[in-house]
Amino acid sequence: MTLMSYRQALHDTLRSEMLRDENVFLIGEEIGVFEGSYKITAGLLEEFGEKRVRDTPIAEEGFTGAAIGAAMLGLRPVVEIMTINFSLLAIDQIVNHAAKIYGMFGGQAKVPMVIRTPGGGGQQLGATHSQNIELYYAFVPGLKVVAPSTPADAKALLIAAIRDDDPVIFLENLALYNTKGEVPNHDTPGVIGQAAVTREGHHLTLIGYSRMAHVAKKIADQLADHEGLDIEVIDLRSLRPLDRETIVESVKKTHAAVILEDDWLTYGIGAEVAASISDGAFDYLDAPVRRVAMAEVPMPYSKSLESAALPSENDVIQAIYQTLDAIGHRRIKTGPHD
Amino acid sequence: MTDRKRTPRKPPARTPRAKTAPVQVEPDAQGLLDFYREMLFIRRFEERAARGYTQALIGGYCHLNLGEEATVVGLMSALQPTDYLFTNYREHGYAIARGIDPRRIMAELYGRVDGVSKGWGGSMHMFDTAHRMLGGYGIVGGQIPLATGAALAIDYRSGEEVVMCTMGDGTTNIGAFHESLNIASLWRLPIVYVIINNRLGMGTSVEKSSAEPELYKRGAAYQIESARVDGLDPVAVALAGKHAVEVARGGRPYLLEVVCERLRGHSVVDPAKYRSADEVASLKEHDPVHTLAARLIAQGITDEESLLTLDHEVLANVEEISTFAEASAFPDEQTLFDYNYASEVPNDSRRLPGQPLFVTTLTSGADQ
Ligand SMILES: Cc1ncc(C[n+]2csc(CCOP(=O)(O)OP(=O)(O)O)c2C)c(N)n1
Ligand SMILES: [Mg+2]
Repeated sequence: MTLMSYRQALHDTLRSEMLRDENVFLIGEEIGVFEGSYKITAGLLEEFGEKRVRDTPIAEEGFTGAAIGAAMLGLRPVVEIMTINFSLLAIDQIVNHAAKIYGMFGGQAKVPMVIRTPGGGGQQLGATHSQNIELYYAFVPGLKVVAPSTPADAKALLIAAIRDDDPVIFLENLALYNTKGEVPNHDTPGVIGQAAVTREGHHLTLIGYSRMAHVAKKIADQLADHEGLDIEVIDLRSLRPLDRETIVESVKKTHAAVILEDDWLTYGIGAEVAASISDGAFDYLDAPVRRVAMAEVPMPYSKSLESAALPSENDVIQAIYQTLDAIGHRRIKTGPHD
Repeated sequence: MTDRKRTPRKPPARTPRAKTAPVQVEPDAQGLLDFYREMLFIRRFEERAARGYTQALIGGYCHLNLGEEATVVGLMSALQPTDYLFTNYREHGYAIARGIDPRRIMAELYGRVDGVSKGWGGSMHMFDTAHRMLGGYGIVGGQIPLATGAALAIDYRSGEEVVMCTMGDGTTNIGAFHESLNIASLWRLPIVYVIINNRLGMGTSVEKSSAEPELYKRGAAYQIESARVDGLDPVAVALAGKHAVEVARGGRPYLLEVVCERLRGHSVVDPAKYRSADEVASLKEHDPVHTLAARLIAQGITDEESLLTLDHEVLANVEEISTFAEASAFPDEQTLFDYNYASEVPNDSRRLPGQPLFVTTLTSGADQ
């Protein structure tokens, strides 16, 4: 194991996969000379040259589509889209093409590619640069969507995504790049489509993915230390396929769930998770499933409004207590938020 | 309905040849001084904004017009107050030159209620209906179809206004650029597309991103008249801009390429390490503010001392502007849902992040 940042884990994995398989190449805006908007690809142009680290014009639809076409001939492109907001310019190629080619032609052509892109918000980037729209891709059959929250999962799932024969949307998050964690030294691929129970408990199930899996774990640990609460935490890790089994099994044990998401509430990822709980654990539920999500507005720039629109840790803690109250749990002692 | 005086709709005999704009009357000494004052003001304003960023008064992305001052004032001088401007995220200078109160521009950067976009837009999204500046836009190329549509609306109403749509060099590679130019030419829309060619996207050079690096030539593919002009010279830009606007007012789109410099990084947080020492050194020679100052002195229009006095005035003014912006209030949280929809609608979701969908079934415990 080595302690490293999420950014470093991504960088090292891209590098080792490029060394392993010469069909793997990187393509995207400003990933070479500029070393990536968030510096994930720093140094790779120098090491691998322009053939394998391709700076593109600002042409999301064009270069994403070109990557899809190259994948049809067996290359394994790893596309970087600077932020998920700009993937909207490529959504036709992703949804109408990458996701369709395998099925629409009766399985004759595969599209083994990865689209890496960060979501995120909370940095006053304004309405067009603060969106978390992974749902648009998680909604589409034919795509796989992963959203690792730790450096170790970032590594394992990026290996899996690159070696996978289907188009994989690999969701990163601006707020995670500098977070650190232990990462295994071996190159074992993770499993796409599996959630992880990152903390065992029996009072309630707290569910998140990407940055929110981090927040969930942190709050559960905090409430365990200060309040004696025993909360189970699930990191979804994969949004499509969704590991409903793990979610439902956990709720059968805890009888309550709170879902955290960085996207908008209505029709969000949490809605699908809540529906799965309703289907699979209805008889076990002791309280309504709660979701904590962004306020449904185009994100304002001003700090005061942005803070109001984003879920805070206190919002999560309130939702947890309200759910516990609803099932009759007594609070152990007064919380620090009072 | 009065028909606007436009050349009748017929296909041009041949592809318009790219050429430099015809020479027109140069501004007099006072005109040059006015240009200088405005350029210097933009320079000092942008430097203050950069400082505001390091003071955490400004957040998000912040792109400056440093090096683009002559281009900004030249282009804006070509427009009538009734003409429209659509631009991108690098637009503080354009907002200033359009005549918007700079205190409101700084207040927008600081995210305050007195900001041009009431604190909702920030650095990348300045908008002011009164001055017909219909937006800075943060998505590369996003403004181009919108500007084309504004020209469509003018044409639809047989209006006499013109739309100017500015964009960076890198932006000419996005599909929307090509789709829009084609539409504008087909429908003879009154629009001037301006490419601000600072030779860099973020760190990617024009040569690496554009197969035809002489960007004005791209007009030929759409039978749009085009020209390239030196963006370090406000007079040249103004003349070229006036010609372009005239053509557009006559009912033909125009493509103007303005070649200038970006003195610093792509945004305030970019140290621009990818630029060579030579390149950085040559930037000093291509500083439009210094170049014009030298010209004013050489032509005997002013002297060094007067320019220094002017600089002190401008600096003091910019400081006052910052003080005003800092004193302005942050938008109230209660206003978060004020702009959800222009037409009211039942069942709109106006819920803060922690609020449950249905409150009645729960006993609230935590906040008692
Ligand atoms: C669709 C889209 N892709 C990428 C970006 C990120 N981005 C912002 S500015 C920029 C470079 C634009 O270069 P250019 O058009 O030359 O304008 P300049 O910044 O040089 O004025 C990029 C890639 C974006 N905002 N929108
Ligand atoms: Mg540029």
